[in-house]
Amino acid sequence: MRRDGDVPSILPAEFADLEPFADWAIPTERARYDKRIASTMEELQAFYDAAFPRLEDAMAYLDRFAIDELPDDATRLLWLFCALTTASFPVEVWRQPKVPDSGSSSFDAVIEPRV
Amino acid sequence: MPHFAKPGEGSWTQHYGMDTGPVSYEDSISPEHYELERDAIFRRTWLNVGRVEQLPRVGSYFTRELDAARTSVVVVRDSAGELRAFHNVCRHRGNKLVWNDYPREETSGVCRQFTCKYHGWRYGLDGGLKFVQQESEFFDLDKSSYGLVPVRVDVWEGFVFVNLDDQDTTPLADYLGGLAAGIAGYPFHRMTQVHRYRAEVASNWKLFIDAFAEFYHAPVLHAKQSVDEESRKLQGYGFEALAYQIDGPHGMVSSWGGMSPPKDLGMVKPIERKLRSGLFGPWEAPDIGLDELPPGLNPARHRAWGMDSFLFFPNFMVLIWKTNWVLTYHYWPTSHNTHVFEGTVYFVPPRNARERLRQELAVVTFKEYTLQDGNTLEATQTMLESRAVTEFPLNDQEILLRHLHATARRYVSDYRQRLPEARVRISAAS
Repeated sequence: MRRDGDVPSILPAEFADLEPFADWAIPTERARYDKRIASTMEELQAFYDAAFPRLEDAMAYLDRFAIDELPDDATRLLWLFCALTTASFPVEVWRQPKVPDSGSSSFDAVIEPRV
Repeated sequence: MPHFAKPGEGSWTQHYGMDTGPVSYEDSISPEHYELERDAIFRRTWLNVGRVEQLPRVGSYFTRELDAARTSVVVVRDSAGELRAFHNVCRHRGNKLVWNDYPREETSGVCRQFTCKYHGWRYGLDGGLKFVQQESEFFDLDKSSYGLVPVRVDVWEGFVFVNLDDQDTTPLADYLGGLAAGIAGYPFHRMTQVHRYRAEVASNWKLFIDAFAEFYHAPVLHAKQSVDEESRKLQGYGFEALAYQIDGPHGMVSSWGGMSPPKDLGMVKPIERKLRSGLFGPWEAPDIGLDELPPGLNPARHRAWGMDSFLFFPNFMVLIWKTNWVLTYHYWPTSHNTHVFEGTVYFVPPRNARERLRQELAVVTFKEYTLQDGNTLEATQTMLESRAVTEFPLNDQEILLRHLHATARRYVSDYRQRLPEARVRISAAS
């Protein structure tokens, strides 16, 4: 549990460079997708450019733990990289936050893994 | 020139004795036809409503809204450990028995008995009426004749089905037939890492099954999901299945594997290259303790095999991937031109964050594709309803659609012949 003023950093110290993007450490896919849709391409590109080069480092770091024994800061790091997968579509293919030709359709997560 | 062999008749469609003419989609735009489907199909077939993992212990229950079948059911594990299903209605004044906050939303949990929110009547896990508030105020009330109304329930490979037809005694395994028998023993129970998505789609339920029962659309509708050069190549090839099978009302398509892993890393996006995962699932298959595939998987025994997709009539699809994961689709009609679509991804639980991220990429990729599919359906439904065009040519790779619509129409016409009162309703409507 995080208490205000007690834990200044959200992510493990090794990933201090990603602290400016800590607001992407979101626990559910549904909310991660919502943030993507609410973002500009500049914001998505900035997040992608910062996080993508650290993906391998993050996996190596997280691999030190069993999935159900992740410390809180590592869990948040995992969520941030889950958000990278969500943000990768606009940056790598769509050139826009929304899926092209998806118009009014929605497809929302109703069951997700705990972590 | 086909890349993969076809049956001796020259086409899959003719091989299975189906006609090859254009088809009408009146069955997908007529409100009267849909009203008949509700009784002829959704009240008369085995419907998959969940998995046994959702009912892990005595008292575990979930509800299912079956709008098409005009009811809600509650499925529960009773004190003997057996599954039971009931119409979700209190015997006193007809209130919905099990719900939370919103009566039309599904719910789940664990309980010792079901208590009606209205007047506090209580029912045991066996459906028996156990308690009546102010019982002495009633007139000769025999509690033993006021139990919950049972619904037939059965399990196939961990998938829980109900059948609302109390006349039909066909066992579930017989109903599901040879295609299901051919994949019995597949370790679905190991795939307990679940992601489920839900969409309200503005189309007839069969139209979305159509979209997932053929891959003819994939190289075109989803073109932008691949890198440019690969996309052009895929459109050039088009799509051909390895095999199709039809068994009674059910069908399956067996498909080549595409990109798990891709032959050339340049074919896929940077995130896929880095994570080694994508639409076809994580490239490294987890161990599922299977030395050999069940005989019903990859029926052509083709080395390029990647995935089999089974449609169990009316509305349950199971996709089994070479890389050891499973997708299910359900299509729950809510009117002649709307339905709720559910897509559920089942993985072997990840051992570490790397595997978790790979699964996440596969899931969100599936979501991107489905968002495109869902929107296209609304466009199809509205133009079919214009009736400006009334006949549509289907090709050989669309055999499962042709079969689905023919099957659904046959259920309706059989039902009308059996029930004179249904004929009366139709003539009144037309």
